[in-house]
Amino acid sequence: MAEKMALAKAINESLRRALEADPKVLIMGEDVGKLGGVFRVTDGLQKDFGESRVIDTPLAESGIVGTAIGLALRGYRPVVEIQFDGFVFPAYDQIVTQLAKMHARSLGKVKLPVVVRIPYGGGIGAVEHHSESPEALFAHVAGLKIVSPSNASDAYWMMQQAIQSDDPVIFFEPKRRYWDKGEVSTEAIPGPLHKAQVTREGTDLTLAAYGPVVKLCHEVAEAAAEEGKSLEVLDLRSVSPLDFDSIQASVEKTRRLVVVHEAPVFFGSGAEIAARITERCFYHLEAPVLRVGGYHAPYPPARLEEEYLPGLDRVLDAVDRSLAY
Amino acid sequence: MTVESTAARKPRRSAGGKAGTKRTTRNTAQDTDPELVQLLTPEGERVKNAEYDQYVAGITPEELRGLYRDMVLTRRFDAEATSLQRQGELGLWASLLGQEAAQIGSGRATREDDYVFPTYREHGVAWCRGVDPTNLLGMFRGVNNGGWDPNSNNFQLYTIVIGSQTLHATGYAMGVAKDGADSAVIAYFGDGASSQGDVAESFTFSAVYNAPVVFFCQNNQWAISEPTEKQTRVPLYQRARGYGFPGVRVDGNDVLACLAVTKWALERARSGEGPTLVEAYTYRMGAHTTSDDPTRYRHDDERAAWEAKDPILRLRRYLEAANHADEGFFAELEAESEALGRRVREAVRAMPDPDRFAIFENVYADGHALVDEERAQFAAYQASFADVEGV
Ligand SMILES: Cc1ncc(C[n+]2csc(CCOP(=O)(O)OP(=O)(O)O)c2C)c(N)n1
Repeated sequence: MAEKMALAKAINESLRRALEADPKVLIMGEDVGKLGGVFRVTDGLQKDFGESRVIDTPLAESGIVGTAIGLALRGYRPVVEIQFDGFVFPAYDQIVTQLAKMHARSLGKVKLPVVVRIPYGGGIGAVEHHSESPEALFAHVAGLKIVSPSNASDAYWMMQQAIQSDDPVIFFEPKRRYWDKGEVSTEAIPGPLHKAQVTREGTDLTLAAYGPVVKLCHEVAEAAAEEGKSLEVLDLRSVSPLDFDSIQASVEKTRRLVVVHEAPVFFGSGAEIAARITERCFYHLEAPVLRVGGYHAPYPPARLEEEYLPGLDRVLDAVDRSLAY
Repeated sequence: MTVESTAARKPRRSAGGKAGTKRTTRNTAQDTDPELVQLLTPEGERVKNAEYDQYVAGITPEELRGLYRDMVLTRRFDAEATSLQRQGELGLWASLLGQEAAQIGSGRATREDDYVFPTYREHGVAWCRGVDPTNLLGMFRGVNNGGWDPNSNNFQLYTIVIGSQTLHATGYAMGVAKDGADSAVIAYFGDGASSQGDVAESFTFSAVYNAPVVFFCQNNQWAISEPTEKQTRVPLYQRARGYGFPGVRVDGNDVLACLAVTKWALERARSGEGPTLVEAYTYRMGAHTTSDDPTRYRHDDERAAWEAKDPILRLRRYLEAANHADEGFFAELEAESEALGRRVREAVRAMPDPDRFAIFENVYADGHALVDEERAQFAAYQASFADVEGV
C-alpha cells in the first residue's frame, strides 16, 4: 500500500510496525509517551502499546543509552530518542566507550541492537544546542553505524532496517524535513540500508549529500539545469559505512564531485569522502572534490543560520568553481 | 524474569499521574506537609516558624513591598515576552509564570558578591541581580547565544543543557573557598534536571570539598510532559541526606519562606558549613515553552488548584491585611508595570539583527588560522553578491 505522509509520520508508522512485529522492541526517551515526543514522532504509540513498551525516561541521556545497553544485553531491541542533537553528549560516553565496543570486546558474543534516534540539523530557528550536526563525531568511532534518511520512504524503511540490525545504529533524523511529505509504500522491498541512491541522473557533476540537504541539492540541480548544466544527485543515506562504490561510479561518469552537508567542513564527513574519492578516482577527476558545509564556528543564533547553512547560492558557487577547472 | 514483570511489581502510588487521574489531591496534601517550610499561607496569613522566622525577622514594610514589586514586574516582563513571541518578535520563550516567589525570594537572599548559575527560566533571579531584562531576550530572539557579561552582575549565562551548570557552580564555589572569600554560590535547576548525572556529580563534589554552594531546585512539577514521579521516588530534598548535606523543602509560592530558607542556606555556605539543597515546591502555570502544548499531558483543574496558591496574590493579601500598602502603591506599581512592558516591547523591536561576520567572532580568544581563512572566504563570497546587487 502506498500513501503520502510526512517524514515524521513515516518514522511513527515504522516504529508502530516494529512494535507490532516484535515484542522485544521498546521505545525509550524523554517525553516520548503521552506527549508523543517534542516532534510527535512517537505520537500515539504509548496509548496503543502501553507504558512498558513506550517508556518515558528520567531526564538523563547517559541513563537512557546506558540502560538501553543493559536491555539489549537482556534480549530487547531498544529504540531510544535523544530530544535534540545538542543533548546527546551526556550519552556520548555510553555510546562511544560502551555501545560501540562491546561486540568486539566480547569476541562477537554480545550483540547490541540499539537504535539511537537523533533529530539533527538546523533551519528551524531554534535556540542553541537545537540545530547541530554531530554525525562526524560518531562516524569516527568504530562499532557504530550511522544513517540519515532524506525523505519519508527512506525514513520508513531505513528505520525498519535499523531496528532489525544487530549493530548499534545512530539514526539521524533531518528535523527540518519532518513535515515534508512523500510517497511511502509499506510493501515495497527496500534496497540495502547502507547503499547510496542516485536520485537524479546527470552528466556534468555529482552532488553527494545526505539528510536535510538532499532536497537542497535537487533544487540546485534544478537551478543548474536552467543554465544548461546536468547535475547528478547522490543521496548517500548512510554516513558509516559510506557507499564509496556508488560515489565512485557516479564520479567516473561525471568527473566532478561536490559534497554538501550541514556539519562543519573541517574534519567533517566531506573530508573523508574527498580523500577516498581522490584515491579511487584520481585519473577521472577534472577538478578537486569540493565541500560545502558549516564553518569552524559554533552554530550561530537563529538570525544568522541562513548565512551559516549551505544554501542554494553557496552550492551553486561550488558547482561553478568545480566546472571552471 | 522479564522487564515487563519487574515493571508490573513496581509500587503504585495513588497519586501517580495515570491518564484521567486528577492530581489535585497530591497538591493539596502539600499544604499540610509538616516538612514544607511556609511563612505565608495561600490566604496571606503569616504563620510562625521556629527555625526560619529569624531570617526575615527584621524585614520592613518597605522591603515587603519591594518583594511584591519584584514579583509583579517580573510577571509583567514575562507576559510581555510571551506576547512578543506570539507576535513573531521572539523565536521562543520559557515562561516563569507561577514561579515568581521562588525566584524573587531566593534571588533577594543573595548578596552582591554571591554568584548565580541559572538555567534558562530564571528571569526573576536575573531581575534581582540587576541584569537588564532586555538582555535576556537576545538569545530567545535569535540574535545571540547568551549576550551578557556574566561577571558584571555575577549572574552566569543561561544554560540550556539540563543540569550542566550545577557542576560549574560547584567548581566556582570550590574556588571561592580556596580564595578564603566569604561569598556563596547558588545554582538553579529543575526537578527534571535532578535526574542528570551532572547534578549527582555536583552533589558529590560539593559534599566532598565542602563547597559553599546552594542547590536551588525549583520543583515546578513538570519536565516538559513528564511529572516529577518520572524523575524520583522520594521527595527531592531528601536526596541531599545521602550525600551528607541538608535538604529542605520550602513552599515555592511563598516569597517570604523562600527568602528565609535561602538566606539560611547561603549563610551556612558562607560560614563554611558546605552545601545545601533547597527544593522550592512550586508550579509551572504555563507551557514548558511557547513551543509546548500542555493540554496533551495535563489537566486544567490542576492549574486551577495552583492558581489559588498564587504567589503574588498571597503577598498582596498579607500587605493589605497588615496595612503595609495602600491603593496608591498598587496603582503606582500598575503604571510602572505598564511602562516596563512598553520598554521591553520597544527594546526588542529595535534589536538589530547581528552582523553576518559575528559568526566568526569570539570563536577563540587567541585566534585560529582556519577561522581567519573561512572569514576571508565568506567576505569574498558576500562581496561577489554586493557587485551584482550594485548593478
Ligand atoms: C541534556 C538535555 N536533555 C534534554 C533537554 C531538553 N529539555 C529542555 S527543558 C527540558 C525539561 C526540563 O525540566 P526541568 O528540569 O524540570 O525544568 P523546568 O523546565 O521544568 O523548569 C528538557 C527535557 C535539554 N535541554 N538538555
